[in-house]
Amino acid sequence: MTSATADAVGARGTPGVPAGPAHPSEDRRWRQVDVRIRRLGARPDGLIEVLHTLQQLFGYLDDDALAYVSEALGVPPSQVMGVATFYSFFVLKPQGAHTCVVCTGTACYLNGAKAILRALREALGVEVGGTTADASLSLLGARCLGACSQAPAVVLDGEVHGKVLAEEITALVASHA
Amino acid sequence: MPEPDDAPARARHHEPVLPEGPVRATANVCHAAGCLSLGSDLVFDRLCERVEASGTDDVGVRRVGCLGLCAQGPLVKVPEHDRLYAKVPAEPDELDQLVEQFRSGTGGLVVSEDPFFARQVKVVLRHCGSVDPEEVEDYVAKGGYAALRRAVTEMTPEEVVAEVTESGLRGRGGAGYPTGLKWATVAKSGEGGHKYVVCNADEGDPGAFMDRSVLESCPQQVLEGMAIAAYAVGANEGYVYVRAEYPLTVRRLNSAIRQAERAGLLGTAIADTSFSFHLEVRIGAGAFVCGEETALLASIEGRRGTPRPRPPYPAAAGLFGEPTLINNVETFASISAIIERGGRWYAAIGANKSRGTKVFALAGAVERTGLIEVPMGLSLRQIVFEIGGGVPGGHRCKAVQTGGPSGGCIPEELLDMPVDYESLVSAGSIMGSGGMIVMDETTCMVDVARYFMDFCREESCSRCVPCRAGTVQMHRLLDRICSGLATRADLERLERLAAMVQRASLCGLGQGAPSTVFSTLRYFKDEYLAHIDHRTCPAGVCEMAPFEMAGSGR
Amino acid sequence: MSVVTLVIDGHDVAGQSGQSILSVAREHGIAIPTLCHLDGLSEVGACRLCMVEVRGARRPLAACVTEVQEHMEVTTTTDELTDYRRQIIELLFTERNHVCAVCIANRHCELQDLAKALGMTHFDLPALNPSAGVDASHERFGIDHNRCVLCTRCVRVCAEIEGAHTWDVRGRASEARVITDLGTPWGESPTCTSCGKCVQVCPTGALFEKGRAVAEGKERRPYVPFLVARNRRS
Ligand SMILES: Cc1cc2nc3c(=O)[nH]c(=O)nc-3n(C[C@H](O)[C@H](O)[C@H](O)COP(=O)(O)O)c2cc1C
Ligand code: SF4
Ligand code: SF4
Ligand code: FES
Ligand code: FES
Repeated sequence: MTSATADAVGARGTPGVPAGPAHPSEDRRWRQVDVRIRRLGARPDGLIEVLHTLQQLFGYLDDDALAYVSEALGVPPSQVMGVATFYSFFVLKPQGAHTCVVCTGTACYLNGAKAILRALREALGVEVGGTTADASLSLLGARCLGACSQAPAVVLDGEVHGKVLAEEITALVASHA
Repeated sequence: MPEPDDAPARARHHEPVLPEGPVRATANVCHAAGCLSLGSDLVFDRLCERVEASGTDDVGVRRVGCLGLCAQGPLVKVPEHDRLYAKVPAEPDELDQLVEQFRSGTGGLVVSEDPFFARQVKVVLRHCGSVDPEEVEDYVAKGGYAALRRAVTEMTPEEVVAEVTESGLRGRGGAGYPTGLKWATVAKSGEGGHKYVVCNADEGDPGAFMDRSVLESCPQQVLEGMAIAAYAVGANEGYVYVRAEYPLTVRRLNSAIRQAERAGLLGTAIADTSFSFHLEVRIGAGAFVCGEETALLASIEGRRGTPRPRPPYPAAAGLFGEPTLINNVETFASISAIIERGGRWYAAIGANKSRGTKVFALAGAVERTGLIEVPMGLSLRQIVFEIGGGVPGGHRCKAVQTGGPSGGCIPEELLDMPVDYESLVSAGSIMGSGGMIVMDETTCMVDVARYFMDFCREESCSRCVPCRAGTVQMHRLLDRICSGLATRADLERLERLAAMVQRASLCGLGQGAPSTVFSTLRYFKDEYLAHIDHRTCPAGVCEMAPFEMAGSGR
Repeated sequence: MSVVTLVIDGHDVAGQSGQSILSVAREHGIAIPTLCHLDGLSEVGACRLCMVEVRGARRPLAACVTEVQEHMEVTTTTDELTDYRRQIIELLFTERNHVCAVCIANRHCELQDLAKALGMTHFDLPALNPSAGVDASHERFGIDHNRCVLCTRCVRVCAEIEGAHTWDVRGRASEARVITDLGTPWGESPTCTSCGKCVQVCPTGALFEKGRAVAEGKERRPYVPFLVARNRRS
């Protein structure tokens, strides 16, 4: 972890609240992390909530971020890493600018999700969970998005596309990638 | 989540149109996930604009939760004329015509005459599609929170538990444990110390979306059920554990909690009594096993979601070691009706040892997919054919899958079986949380078994050996069968392994993992043998590996 | 604490309330196979080898985490239980890479002992052979993940006895591995005190002390209970 400048610490200092560990960088988003940590009482049970906040702010969880949370919440580093890697929602690497989530839940699987995945893998040249070489798009799988009535479902940048066909979605995704 | 807790749950383009005077028609536009994904928010905005532009003052436009026929959205319901309009376009011209139909009560389908709705009995979903999911006032105006008021002002906690016990309600999260009994146990544990009420909204079964629809359509009803439970068991704090895959649910829940607190229906001094109940939302992070109650509690505590051996059960030592009541979304959503109308009324619905109604998410090879609520004891055939409209495309129904990865496939010849906890178990499946997937003859049952094994293998928490390593080996064996590389000895080994994993695993995930194998072997063994002996997939799904490889797979 | 009487394998035995079936059985000289259990550490009930039949129970119960109850009737060995135990051992052998002949723990390995005790001679499930990796960055110790059975004894001894919590488990399903800190090479771990307790408690050759020849094997000292006693005194 890099050590923060005295300035950064001073800027965060709120009277009466013990200062957390030094920020890994001067990025202002760390202050938002601190706010979240303080709201949760800086207790170990807030770990998953804080990881959510971090991922939302930074897009992924790197070692600096995990080390910071470890110190701020008093959770051993190995445990923080254990938690971050247990849950498939957390990612430890930067993701592509766009995300494409293919549902592989039962309804979608029976309705052609396999063919969609195959087409996308071939068109993009990445495996599920991977990001294209130019970092433009990440291909992800999901276990049921709760949109089974639109099976097969694909979520492109947060927007649900229902009853998709392999060719259709590859073309659409290609226009994003 | 860093966004302000009381932010409106959705960037609103338009306020609902609610005329002051008498109304001829109110367009209730579905704003649950299914219809939203089909663009119902745009339909809503445009409808508001068109109605305002037309100058009429007798047509209202509002947002409501799930209207049920999810596959045919965007849906609009006009309750004044008992009509439902499907696949509503967002084109202004077409909308103008539709507004005329709304006013005159023409077009669309007549809800009470339509078989999809006629067979249903709505208890859990009774406000679904009629209240605005984002306005607590609307829920209160429709009688919401009357049950909570009644419980905390007129009933003792013991009376509340007794009412729930009398209703015969059983947990809707899968196992069907009697809810009244669970409440009584938690009420008795831990003398006056801290207790928690937790709502399990993890809904991990692939192909199930009941809990999501309930929470997105009427979140207040679930919160009300939780508050009543808290009063009954003596808890003042609670959590709703929602999966991260449901961002809209999370937003609606957060906003619903803040609104209910402001209205004095949650938080401190509820309904001006000394009872207080504080609720928080916790977001899961993509682990199916966290639906298991001890794993869920570990996850709320910020740890890896690995189940632990029970006893102690959460009722004795749960969250942070304190007595904890855990129930499913639908269980909590059933409570207010039971308190309002009495346990006896509820117990009169249903069949055998399964009382009341059950919500199912009907999906797969069925004409009308969507969200339904039926009395327990209705037959699967009635659900699939009368409500669901049968199998589309001239195909034949082959099986119905219930219970998700721990469930099983019930073959067509058994569809006359009543849907209740015991019947489903005796047919080799389980009620589960309510996912119901219809399969036609284009589905290969061995492939289905492999699919669910793959699911369990990837979702194993890795703690115990039978599940962690056993699911991997079972998946390999199933994969060999699907590729035409297996022998009959492989099939025997699969069965032997499956028996061990079912009996020896620590939690329900591992114990349930082999169940699809067992049920498909019980009813569709010929399909397994066709793959093994003849290297053919009767459904034409599996691709056989080149013959040279046969036998050298080891 | 009150005295509880029960029957194990036909013998009338007595234990304290709150005691596990495993502990009462062992006090009375009745052997039950275990792997994840270690006296002095918390129980996880993970290996499932200690399963026993309890009359009236719907399924076998793990003896290490099941408390004795008055009038309980326990059976520790049946054909079914033996078959399950053999399958579990087979799953462990095929999950990673356990070639005993070249392992430092050969003849000092609990997994090997269990296989022998259960009369196992061959496996018919295919070996999965993942290449799980080796970390030899620590100056005195090393870990060969190919021989790890994920019993988490190292995790527990480090957190519960040494208080360092250097170890934990990362990932899940077949990707699960024990890790030091953030996955930091062991030799660079800022939390490891190099006490060697994890190496001592590892039932296989996964954790080893450097510089010992294969033939010398791993030394075994049942010292965890003494550490527990010492911790309680201080
Ligand atoms: C692997 C596994 C997954 C589960 N998933 C869920 C779930 O998604 N939702 C749920 O309510 N219960 C789920 N359960 C059941 C819960 O453990 C628990 O029984 C339930 O939440 C209790 O609530 P109820 O009595 O209202 O059903 C799951 C159980 C297992 C073993
Ligand atoms: S059965 Fe599976 S999910 Fe459950 S504890 Fe064992 S490994 Fe974990
Ligand atoms: S390294 Fe050894 S002690 Fe640690 S989990 Fe693996 S086998 Fe068990
Ligand atoms: S199975 Fe794909 S959304 Fe449910
Ligand atoms: S010793 Fe009991 S489960 Fe491992």
